[in-house]
Amino acid sequence: MGMTITEKILAVHAGKDFVEPGEIIDARIDLALANDITAPLSLEEFDKVGAKKVFDPEKVVFVLDHFTPNKDILSAGNCKKIREFSKKHGIRYCFEGGECGIEHALLPEQGLVVPGDLVIGADSHTCTYGALGAFSTGMGSTDVTYGMVTGRIWLKVPESIKFNCSGKWQKWVTGKDLILNIIGMIGVDGALYAAMEFEGGAISALSMDSRFSIANMAIEAGGKNGIFKVDEKTLAYVKGRGKRPYTVYESDKDASYMKVYEIDVSKIGLKVACPSLPSNVKDVGELEHIEIDQSVIGSCTNGRIEDLEITAEILKGKKVAKHVRCIIIPATPTIYGEALKRGFFGIFLEAGCIISPPTCGPCLGGHMGVLAKGERAIATTNRNFIGRMGHSESEVYLSGAAVAAASAIKGRIAHPEEA
Amino acid sequence: MKLKGRVWKFGHNIDTDGHNIDTDIIIPAQYLAHTDPKVLGEHCMEPLHPEFHKKVKKGDIIVGGLNFGCGSSREHAPIAISAIGIPLVIAKTFARIFYRNAFNKGLALLEADIDDVVEEGEEIEVDISSGVITCKKAVIQAKPIPPFMVELINHGGLVKYLKKKLEE
Repeated sequence: MGMTITEKILAVHAGKDFVEPGEIIDARIDLALANDITAPLSLEEFDKVGAKKVFDPEKVVFVLDHFTPNKDILSAGNCKKIREFSKKHGIRYCFEGGECGIEHALLPEQGLVVPGDLVIGADSHTCTYGALGAFSTGMGSTDVTYGMVTGRIWLKVPESIKFNCSGKWQKWVTGKDLILNIIGMIGVDGALYAAMEFEGGAISALSMDSRFSIANMAIEAGGKNGIFKVDEKTLAYVKGRGKRPYTVYESDKDASYMKVYEIDVSKIGLKVACPSLPSNVKDVGELEHIEIDQSVIGSCTNGRIEDLEITAEILKGKKVAKHVRCIIIPATPTIYGEALKRGFFGIFLEAGCIISPPTCGPCLGGHMGVLAKGERAIATTNRNFIGRMGHSESEVYLSGAAVAAASAIKGRIAHPEEA
Repeated sequence: MKLKGRVWKFGHNIDTDGHNIDTDIIIPAQYLAHTDPKVLGEHCMEPLHPEFHKKVKKGDIIVGGLNFGCGSSREHAPIAISAIGIPLVIAKTFARIFYRNAFNKGLALLEADIDDVVEEGEEIEVDISSGVITCKKAVIQAKPIPPFMVELINHGGLVKYLKKKLEE
């Protein structure tokens, strides 16, 4: 029997010829990641177990992106601990200050993840790297400590679900709309414990930025990982960035799937997930009466150059509605620099937007855009749970950049053609 | 091991209807700069029940529906639950990262569909090793804990297992 791309990557890292869903494996990892929220707990465990060193200082990565630039004394203290640990253990990649970007945009951009890798990260959106044809999954701090120390991790081989996507994309529609559509269809636990594999002509037509955005939200359907076939776009992306050699794996024709969905993307319009679950998905046209106080364009889901390009196209020559805060957060310093060079910042400033340094900040109600009681935001982020962006009686609607930008102009949820 | 405790249920008055209790509810992100279990416990379930940490008693049990613990990978979630003296969560299903985290942090989980059978405040008796849950209305068998997890628990959890490995 054949294997899926997920099964093949797991088999190789477990030193086996064959694995099947349900099997528990002890696998070698290529990278272990933690951030300024999760690393402090990992480091506490590191001390508790009496570990003296990490398995490979080139393969343990810290990104201080959540509560940075330090939002308060506690977060400053956490970052300081991670910095001191990194110095002591010779950690090569501890990103902070002007080098820091949002982890799941930064690691692929810096070539720290390559096709065929097995990556674990103490952050649920670690599944983003599946866009590169790698297996990557989120875990807690203690599991990541185990990985940091031993270079290995236990995993249950997941069953795979295939999403076969065909058809021509409508104008403005991106990967974000597809993944919201899928989560709306299967629910927030529709892929619980499973690998979500995206394939088909409509996927080949997508940019890498859109693929990252899709893989990023696999966790919002309960998925263990999201994964894509490696094609010429993936290889072009990795070329000149990859810090390690890569291996391309592909699902066998006779691989077995728990379920196969056929999706015609030409039928998918702009989507919005309403409070308070990412599966509460509606067409933008159904929501044009919903007024907003804030629009956030950024995050590990949609803070990449494609998102800023769309935002600039819509905001050009327009003004953000009075009493609406439009916060734009380029996800990494490189994306920030490119947006500056291409003149997007002038457009954003003219329109009355706030341009933030790279940070996870408002996505999780941390800082840089927290909502008051009764306030409502549209955001290109990934979660709209109760209280996610601030007060427990505030609301978050999730969309792609086009709807978030158009809504900032209109002061209510809006289609880009309206703006 | 046998436990006896009062039941707490969450989210039945909102649109999630007791399902998908996420980690932003269990411990909101604004407290994640803290690592002290005591502080985390004081904010456990705050968005749905701000007084929860004051009302809860040591040994009480949380009961949930589908996909309990979905969302972020924050280990602060099981830490917060344990910190206020809750030894066990029973839910129909658990999100996978929360599942691993709970066992790594010594919080017991059982998969059983009892959300509709038990009432808030009811005292139930649970035999964790056999998975037998005795409620007022019924006796329910939880799904067995996967053998690999049992083995890990018998080693004293992942941290003790790793410690032993490093000492060898």
